[in-house]
Amino acid sequence: MLHIKCPHCGMRSQNEFSYGGDASVKRPQLGSEVSDQDWDNFVYNRKSLRGKHWELWQHLSGCRQWIKVERDTATHEIFKTLKASEEIS
Amino acid sequence: MQKYSVFSLVKNALSNHENWDLAWKDPTPKKEYDVVIIGGGGHGLATAYYLAKEHNITNVAIIEKGWIGGGNVGRNTTIIRSNYMHDDNALFSEFGMDLWRKMSQDLNYNVMFSPRGIINLAHSDAQMNIYARRGNSMRLNGIDAVLLNREQVQEIIPMADFSENVRFPIFGGLMQPSAGTARHDAVAWGYARQADSMGVDIIQNCEVIGFDISAGKINGVRTSRGDIKAKKIGLCVAGSTNILAEKLNMTLPIETHLLQACVSEPVKPVLDKVVTFGAGHFYISQSDKGEMVMGGDLDGYNSYAQRGNLPTLQHVLTEGIAMMPFLSKLKMLRTWGGIMDMSMDGSPIIDKTHIEGLYLNCGWCYGGFKATPASGWTFAHTIAQDRVHDLNAGYSLNRFNTGYLLDEKGLGTKTWIS
Repeated sequence: MLHIKCPHCGMRSQNEFSYGGDASVKRPQLGSEVSDQDWDNFVYNRKSLRGKHWELWQHLSGCRQWIKVERDTATHEIFKTLKASEEIS
Repeated sequence: MQKYSVFSLVKNALSNHENWDLAWKDPTPKKEYDVVIIGGGGHGLATAYYLAKEHNITNVAIIEKGWIGGGNVGRNTTIIRSNYMHDDNALFSEFGMDLWRKMSQDLNYNVMFSPRGIINLAHSDAQMNIYARRGNSMRLNGIDAVLLNREQVQEIIPMADFSENVRFPIFGGLMQPSAGTARHDAVAWGYARQADSMGVDIIQNCEVIGFDISAGKINGVRTSRGDIKAKKIGLCVAGSTNILAEKLNMTLPIETHLLQACVSEPVKPVLDKVVTFGAGHFYISQSDKGEMVMGGDLDGYNSYAQRGNLPTLQHVLTEGIAMMPFLSKLKMLRTWGGIMDMSMDGSPIIDKTHIEGLYLNCGWCYGGFKATPASGWTFAHTIAQDRVHDLNAGYSLNRFNTGYLLDEKGLGTKTWIS
């Protein structure tokens, strides 16, 4: 089982969280001209690589906040967690 | 090639089974092939077989990082079905059912195809309506479907929980009588043996390091066993699709996720159908050895681990026990996990790419095993003719761009969120 350190609540078990996918994906700017390809990349296309992966989780059975987690997709090692508002460094 | 039959079995028994021919060779890679298939799983082996058989292209290599049949074809729950509603999925899968029925004869290899039927259980009136609609769609496409009421289901699977006061009472179910199971390893080995006998080189322990592309054309592949030239290369690597896509500078509508399965200790014959739970995600059948073969949800987050986490297994088996309470008495024999190429609409991709000579076969989600023959057949056609067949026209790569999604379950994008 994963143990995820919620930046608001501390270390909690995976059961309290739900997954939200790749956190590095950015929605195209509102009001700007967006090509089909840009929408494609935002909605569908993903790198999904083996190794370090920044992803969104929601502490659903806890503080209900969305957070960012850097996890290894092969070993499940978790390196870093951030609040949703914090930029990935 | 030695033909397998009862006579060859008797003959070899007399010499203590020491004189069987090798089922396939272990060649060193040549410098150049007409077609290179990357990935020695079920789909890759089937593709090579149909390239040779249907298109007479035998100067073909299959290159495989590990050993053939060691990925998802060696670790699935062996279910074969075509109970789809949408035309593209239904016609493709039903074409595959025909290949399954003939496969043991065709390959001279007993794949133990067992068309025992699959029942999807319904747990509400609304779900019965949905199943009636799906069943009608199936029948319009020439696929057998039978809508069962509660009593009919009870007659077929009396061991399920038919008590009145359960959270998800059984209202009925949709059965496809011609669906079933097959011996998964035999499928890989049967295709490998026949492909090899027609001249295909099966090259194992050969990892793809990079690709040789110039002016938008593929020229070859760089591997751990040297460079191999080919004008046509087919990708059939399931859960490793994203890794190879990165080497090709492609970003695909695919995420790599982990799916677990498990088997119980073997017990006496109790279940002669494949049954799925309709209020969650759980499916079960009984193997010839007597083990209950079970599976369900993805672990739910991107993973290349090839081994699962316990919370998902607990969740899946809770559903199983809700459906068939006797399962709680069984000991678990084995659990395992495989990595799935989850596409964003839940349907696969068999298509050409923007790189000339590079062909893509991926996105099989949970349903790769049953698709093995149809996938190999259509992918071989796509590679040999350099154009898609009608059967896989709906499985295009650009459908995510054009909006012609093939969303069987109506889940929208990110099928892992359900």
